[in-house]
Amino acid sequence: MNPLVVEQVTVAYDRQLVLEDVSFSVPEGKLVGIIGPNGAGKSTLMKAMLNFIPRMHGNVFVYGKPYEKQRHLVGYVPQRNSVDWDFPTNALDVVLMGRYGHIGLWKRPRKEDVDIAMQCLDKVGMLPYAKRQISQLSGGQQQRVFLARALAQDASVYFMDEPFVGVDAATEKAIVQLLNELKMRGKTVLVVHHDLQTVRDYFDYVLLLNKRVIAFGETESVFTYDHIQKTYGGKVTFLSAAHIVG
Amino acid sequence: MSYTIWILFTAALVGINCGLVGTFLVLRKMSMLSDAISHSVLLGIVGAYMVSHQLQGVSMLIGALLVGLLTTFLVQLLHQKGVQSDAAIGVVFTCLFAIGVVLISLFADRVHLDVEHALMGEIAFVPWDVLEVGGKSIGSKAVWLLGFVLAINIFVIVFAYKELKISSFDSEMAVTLGIPVVFIHYVLMGMLSLTTVASFDSVGAILVVAMLIVPSATAYLWTDRLSVMLICSALIGVLSSVIGYMGATAFNVSISGAIAVATGVLFFISLWIAPKHGLLRKWLKKSPA
Amino acid sequence: MAHAALPGICIAFLLYGQKSLLVFLIGAACSGYIATVCIQFIVKHTRIKEDAAIGIVLSVFFGLGIVLLTWINQHEGGNQSGINDFLFGKAASLTGSDVNVLTVTAITMITTILVFFKEFKIITFDRAFAQGIGVPVSLLNGVLMFLIVSVVVIGLQAVGVVLMSALLITPALAARYWTEKLEWMMWLAGGFGALSGVAGAYISLIAYVPTGPLVIIFATMLFICSFLFAPKRGLCSKMIRRYIQRRTLRAKQLYKRGEQA
Repeated sequence: MNPLVVEQVTVAYDRQLVLEDVSFSVPEGKLVGIIGPNGAGKSTLMKAMLNFIPRMHGNVFVYGKPYEKQRHLVGYVPQRNSVDWDFPTNALDVVLMGRYGHIGLWKRPRKEDVDIAMQCLDKVGMLPYAKRQISQLSGGQQQRVFLARALAQDASVYFMDEPFVGVDAATEKAIVQLLNELKMRGKTVLVVHHDLQTVRDYFDYVLLLNKRVIAFGETESVFTYDHIQKTYGGKVTFLSAAHIVG
Repeated sequence: MSYTIWILFTAALVGINCGLVGTFLVLRKMSMLSDAISHSVLLGIVGAYMVSHQLQGVSMLIGALLVGLLTTFLVQLLHQKGVQSDAAIGVVFTCLFAIGVVLISLFADRVHLDVEHALMGEIAFVPWDVLEVGGKSIGSKAVWLLGFVLAINIFVIVFAYKELKISSFDSEMAVTLGIPVVFIHYVLMGMLSLTTVASFDSVGAILVVAMLIVPSATAYLWTDRLSVMLICSALIGVLSSVIGYMGATAFNVSISGAIAVATGVLFFISLWIAPKHGLLRKWLKKSPA
Repeated sequence: MAHAALPGICIAFLLYGQKSLLVFLIGAACSGYIATVCIQFIVKHTRIKEDAAIGIVLSVFFGLGIVLLTWINQHEGGNQSGINDFLFGKAASLTGSDVNVLTVTAITMITTILVFFKEFKIITFDRAFAQGIGVPVSLLNGVLMFLIVSVVVIGLQAVGVVLMSALLITPALAARYWTEKLEWMMWLAGGFGALSGVAGAYISLIAYVPTGPLVIIFATMLFICSFLFAPKRGLCSKMIRRYIQRRTLRAKQLYKRGEQA
């Protein structure tokens, strides 16, 4: 059973269709890059799948059941700038938030939740910063805290919105390592991504998106010059596209 | 207990209640809603009077709660339909407040309630308005009311601490974890309404806003922990009440106004000397040693 | 804004010793300006966000205003000065000279706006651009602020501090639903304001209810009507459009499926 099946998702803001008839199905244990120009609806797609914005039409199935019934299987890493980093809390606390789904409503975190949170921080190399106030972390470190939180959630399918934006080289490396580890453990990860150069190295599957699905499939066969041109509407020059496709 | 101690006790309870609720308002960037609810609650009080024909604790609390939630609901509705959120707040609360004022003036001869009282409060009368059980006085009504609301506030914050925390920090994430974010928003607004109406009678609408926002913002300058911030802001609330009361008696001016000024003075001092986020430290750091 | 004007008015009264609209105006403008500076300072230099900064400054200023007001009432016989009216408004007891002042203000307002319309439009929409093409931005901004402050101070006497903000916001918000053009929005907002004023005052005369709140209720009703029924931007027409959109989408999908089969 495929971990994620998206059927005919359509989203409209007032007069305009932002996403039209988006359908795809992801096999288990794959890293999927969602690629497209600005305004193509990449983040919107993620938000529509998670029900943050209403879908005008379409369904999202996680392991065969509607998303609403399978929330606990889905982990979400929002864009770093979507929260206020001045919030009075430290890195460990943020990671601990990932455990809230397991702790249950109205209950307090237990010792084992704290241990898991510490392990997750360790995995992204942030253990020394556990007690650091979050506004005093660098952009890359904040991103790693978010990833540790997603790890602590222990979900089966992950949605990550632009995790590579504005991070340092060390963090980028840490994220890639983490993605591969998740893949090894049979997790499925969707990543909104904008850096065409790295697509081939990072992802098994790509979804080329520009309001509708331009192409979806294994990176090898789908990430071609023609498809990129079609997605970006000719904005990518021949030379650079050829370079990317290699 | 003496007159002064009752007043200080009342003001301190207002400070604690407002400090606790205000912390979440400041962190959730909803300070404007406190202004709105502190005004629209007037309609709740009048409504409660029209239904129950008395200005007693419980019916007043229920009336305020209902109108507070109504305000929240209307603001959200307008916001969802594309009205800017501060404009939505402005339209909703001024209208509800206006309806409240009209109703008061229609029943004015029978209600001991006037707009001036509502805006400025009458903390000086608190000690004389006592609650009697079996003919025996057991203390000021306002104090009992505030104590009751404080119990509710502490209960909710202790019980739902982690839910309040995550939905304030990252509400999208909270939704994906299955946390009832909207419900929590309404619970918080309910707490705000209760706190407002309980404080209202003693200190008036304007001071409630000052007490909700200023001590919490001051605490925000002092600490990086949510739990510490809650305690700090309650303490600062109490401190402002004491300073404000002493100032008011010294110069013979409005007590609630003086308390509001005291919160402002404490904020101003903290702005400079707070250890981590104070301006003095920031500037010392910048200039080469 | 209206809240922040109070301490200025009180200080002006304390310094000048009697009620004078011009002096009050200067006082209000000064304290309004100081409040704006404070808000900007807090937002720029601390982690406190704009909404809380506004709340802090306005409530503390208002508290200060009330302290000064009680001081005046005790020491200067302020009750006779009519300074209390600034809190709650006394539209019904306005005198002939007050009305003259209001009329003069309205006319000045309209002429200033007519003269500087183009400039106001551009500094409101895109300040940096306006600066770039040589519009005296800070001067015009000052003029605009002065207009707002005068309206607030004069309006305060008529409708009181709470309802003042409603009169500034609600009619403008209602007008926004009917038009995409600033010119029209301005005239409509003025018209809506006038309409609610007249209706409110009329009902208040027959029902013996205070004028200020009634005016606000009328303005809000106008807003609700605009919000629901305005063409293009109103809720109803939006819903109708959405419905049509859904229908066409469904038709498209059926067509596609038919084609595939």
